Order: sequence, then structure tokens, then C-alpha cells
Amino acid sequence: MEKNAVIAENLSKSFKKVNAVKSVSFGIGKGELFGFIGPDGAGKSTLFRMLVTLLLPDEGKASISGLDVVSDFRKVRNILGYMPGKFSLYQDLTVEQNLNFYATIFGTTVKENYHLIKDIYVQIEPFKNRLAGNLSGGMKQKLALSCALIHKPEVLVLDEPTTGVDAVSRKEFWEMLGRLKHEGITILVSTPYMDEAILCDRVALIQDGSILRIDKPDEITKSFGKPVFAVKSDRTHDLILDLKSFRGVEAANLFGNQVHVVMNNSDVDAGQITTFLKEKGQTSLDVREIEAGIEDCFIDLMINKS
Amino acid sequence: MKRFAGFLYKEIYHIIRDMRTLIVLIGMPVVQLLLFGYVLTNEIKDAKIAILDHSKDEVTSELTQKFLSSGYFKLSRELQSENEINTLFQEGDIKEVIVFEEDFARKFEKDGNAKIQIINDASEPNTANLLVNYTNAIISDYVRQSNRTSTAAPGIIPEVQMAYNANLKGVFMFVPGIIAMLLILISALMTSITITREKELGTMEVLLVSPLRPFQIVLGKVAPYILIAFINVVIILLVSNIVFHVPVRGSVVLLLAESTLYIITALSLGILISTITNSQQVAMMLSLIGLMLPTIMLSGFIYPVENMPLPLQIICQLMPPKWFIIIIKNIMLKGVGFTYVWKETLVLLGMTAFFITLSVKKFKNRLE
Repeated sequence: MEKNAVIAENLSKSFKKVNAVKSVSFGIGKGELFGFIGPDGAGKSTLFRMLVTLLLPDEGKASISGLDVVSDFRKVRNILGYMPGKFSLYQDLTVEQNLNFYATIFGTTVKENYHLIKDIYVQIEPFKNRLAGNLSGGMKQKLALSCALIHKPEVLVLDEPTTGVDAVSRKEFWEMLGRLKHEGITILVSTPYMDEAILCDRVALIQDGSILRIDKPDEITKSFGKPVFAVKSDRTHDLILDLKSFRGVEAANLFGNQVHVVMNNSDVDAGQITTFLKEKGQTSLDVREIEAGIEDCFIDLMINKS
Repeated sequence: MKRFAGFLYKEIYHIIRDMRTLIVLIGMPVVQLLLFGYVLTNEIKDAKIAILDHSKDEVTSELTQKFLSSGYFKLSRELQSENEINTLFQEGDIKEVIVFEEDFARKFEKDGNAKIQIINDASEPNTANLLVNYTNAIISDYVRQSNRTSTAAPGIIPEVQMAYNANLKGVFMFVPGIIAMLLILISALMTSITITREKELGTMEVLLVSPLRPFQIVLGKVAPYILIAFINVVIILLVSNIVFHVPVRGSVVLLLAESTLYIITALSLGILISTITNSQQVAMMLSLIGLMLPTIMLSGFIYPVENMPLPLQIICQLMPPKWFIIIIKNIMLKGVGFTYVWKETLVLLGMTAFFITLSVKKFKNRLE
């Protein structure tokens, strides 16, 4: 990575009683697609608001392209694209009016940077005279992204852009982010969906205002080091309880229609688990050892932290 | 500048898109004016009176004639004795009884101290008050015209002067009040709502992160409403002039200039409210209860400030509409120029400067 586009050093922020962000540090390279993965209330939005100059940090510093987010906040605002958690669109303006408005207040025109948003905008262009309030969730998200991009920001900050959007639109959205990366735009994106982590260059796992780990997604899964089994049966609820009573089980969590079991030692194999479960009266069993996914890693980090 | 223009366009789109609100904003003043002018008027027509004439001479019959031809009074009964008065009031139909003393004409012409007793049903104090005023006005008018007295002061009745509103038209008093009230309503309410709406929608976050300065955001928000409020003033003045014949005796330019100053006062109050709260509903309640009510109750619009207890009188001095109503009453009804209202203008100007400074200071660059 080239020199860091976004740097945070010991950023902290607390509200009346909650320590929303606790001494968070990271560096994000230019042109990197960086994900902040964490559950609701982890402090992602507060962290982003400090980075985009909307909140003042209690402690620590942050800079965007070398500009301090507190002292140089006006300059920072010129080079930043920000899409808040709620799609910041004017529901009573048309698609086109929204886009033109954001272009004008950032001192540019839609024409000038059309190449940046072209891929996204062509999909909503047929509806350009429709009011933004009448668009579907996925369309709104695409329009909001276009609006955040229209002034060709150096750094794009997207706060939970895929929350409340259907699966197909989510997939398309991440494909767009991949293309934007090639334009040299640094992208910070937060999401509560752990499956989106593997689409980022690097991710920070964040919980309770602290970063648990920052790494490339495959590094995180590779370094997991504990055996993981995927178990299926026809009585899923009992299955978790039964598995938790098995020796050496650290965690058993539901993933779709199967349960992922993390063991704290490697001397157990699939056969032993199957035998154990059969004794418990489980039927139609399917037990397989699998590679740890990012979600297994994240749950593991959460458990071991607390 | 281009950025600001873009922002201003957006605000205009918002307003135009919401046609219903716009129609209400423009139409409301007319409806209010007609309501106050026709329905809620405290003018009295054809109030039923009874007359007890102990004298039955030339003067009393002339006076009686004058009362009845005024249009305010309608003779219901002629009484023969004082005993009837009580039962009459108890029946509740009669609002006023006029009693001429014996030997009225002689006392009036020779001594100049003829007595008329005016008895009112004061269970409706406002009506009673008005009727007394009407009666007094008619009597003093008669005295002035009759000219038959040689004495300098005839002194039948203390003279009551109905200055500036000789016909006691209620609507004359209401027009300045309505202007003051509506401008507060439109300017303060609409600005506070339009700003808090951006906060509620989350668009304020993006506006703040954009290179737009806070004062540009605020100015862009209020500019369209200055225009709408100004149009309202013009409409109110036109309607009140055409329908109710309320004059603008002073300078129209001065009147509009003072109105613009007051609009800006109200807008700055609206901005101030929007800096206190993040919710449209709270903003609305604050504007209605915190601004509208005091405008109606404490500005002298309906209740005279002089009759209030001292603490309330002090609060009244702090109400911008109180000063504005004085200014426009002076300009519209007395026809005076700026030299007579500069003090009130200065007070209003000071208040506006104070509120603008306060709200710009409170309007944050960030979310906290």
C-alpha cells in the first residue's frame, strides 16, 4: 500500500454514559477498500462521524489525506464523500434533482464526473424523473452512492450502505465498490454483515467501541488455528444444546441450517462427533470438518475477549 | 455563490413540491382576516335598549332619535318607571337602559349639567363597555353639534374620544395583530420545521460535511420564507383595505420595510428553535406554544398590556410582536412617519440582532 490515506490514533469518544469508541487506531492505505465489521451498537457510526468531521473526538487524532479532521475540517470536507446510515436523499426531489443538488453544493457538475457514477447511474437513469421517495431500497442506495461520489472524493465513507437492502442489490453494490477502488478512491465501509468482510481488502473487527483485530480477511481465517465442524441434523435446536455438552466444544452457533462447532483441541474428528450425537438421539446427521469462515473468527474473538 | 444558488433552488423545489402547504400559507392570512373581521368582530349592531324618559322634551327626543339612527341600538321598550329596569335585565334581552332625568332640556341648555344615566347589563363586560362607549360618543357628538349652549363646557357627560377609529371598527384593531401573528407563524414555524426536517431525515449530516457554510445553509433555508411572508403582508393589507376599508394612512414603503424587519425577527426565532431541537414535532410545539400564544396574549393584540399585572407587563416588553404592533398601528391608523416609530424600530432591531447572533452561534458546524 502507498502512504496512508486515513490515519486514526487512539480515537476515543464517549457520550453521557456510553464509551462509544475506545482508543481506536488504524491506518488505511490509499485506494484500499477497508471494512469495519461489527454488530449494531459497536461504535461504527460514531467512529465514522469523527472521521468525517461531524463529531469531535474526546481524545486522539485522525487525519484524511494528511489533513487533520479537527483543525482542517473545512478542507477535509472538500475531499470527502459521505453516505450516512440513513440514505441522505431528499424524498420530495426527483432522482435527477438530488444528483444535481449534491453536485452543485460540492462545486461541480454531474457532467464533469459522470464517468465515475456512470456504471451505477445508468441503472437508475430510466427513473430520473421519479421522486427519490418512490424508489426501492436498492435504487435509493445506488442514488445515494452516486450523490456521495459526484464530486470525485479522495476518500469515500459509507456507513452501513447495505443495511436494509435486498441480497441482489447488496451483491451489485459490492461489485461497484470494487470498480471504484480502481479509480484510486479510498473506501471505508461499515457493515453488520460478516459475509461482506471477505469482499474487503482489509477488515477491522469492531465490538464495544474497540477494534479486536485488523487484517486481510483470508489472513484472519487462516490464522484461526482451531478445528471447525459443520453439523446438520433434522432437530437443529436440540443439536446446539447437545453439541455444547460434548467435551472440548468452545462454541456452537447456528449458520443457516447448520451448526458450526469450534473445538479447543484438534484430537477430535467428525466420526467421534457423529457417534456422540447418535447417542443423544439425533438422526439424519451430517458432520464435516470445514475451514473457519470470517464469522467463526469473529464470534471466537468476541467470546475470548469477554 | 453557485453552491448557495444550488441550495436555494433545492429549497424552492421543496416548497413548490409541497403545494398544499404553500396554499395554506398563502390562503391562511385571508381566511384569518375574514374570520377576525366578520365573525370574531366585537362590533355591535342593533343592540336592544330601553329608554326611560322622565323629561320627554325636545332634547331627549332628539337624542333618542340619534341613538336609534346610529345603527348600533334598537329601541325595544319605552319604560315608565325605574322599577321596570330590574325585571327587564333579568329577562336578558335588553343590553342597555338609558335614563333621562327630569327637566332635561332646561338643565342642558341653562346649567349644562343635565344627567343621563346609562345602565348596562355587564354580565358581558366587553359588550357593555362597547355600548357605553358608543353611547358616550353619540352624546358628545350631539353636544358638539347642538351648539345651543352658551356655557363653554356643557358637561352632560364626560367626553369620550374615539380617536383613529371613530366608528369603533374592530377590524382596524385586528389587522395589525393578525399581521404580527401570521408572520410569526409562517416565518418562525416554517423555518424551524424546514431545518429540523433535514436533521430528522439525516440529510443535515451530508449538508454539514459538504463545503457549504452553516450561514449559507441557514440563509438558503429562510430566504424563500422571507418572500412568502412578504407576499402575505401585501395580501393582508390589500384584503383589509378592499374588504374592510382599513386605511394605510402612513407611508406604505415604511410599513413594508418595518414588516420585513419583523419577518427577519421571526425567522431568527425560528432558527433559534431549530438549534434547540432535532425533531420537527418539538419545533412545531415550541413555535406554536412558545411564540404563537404569547403573540396573541401578550402583545396587546387582544388584551391591553396596561391592564396586566406588573410581571406580565414586563414580559410583554420582551415580546417582539408588541413593538411591531405599535409600529404598524401608528403607521397604518395614525399615519405617522418614521420619526414617531424610530424608538420601537430600534427595539425591534436590537432584538433581531440579538436573536440572529444567538442562533448563528448556536447553529453548529458539527452534530454536537
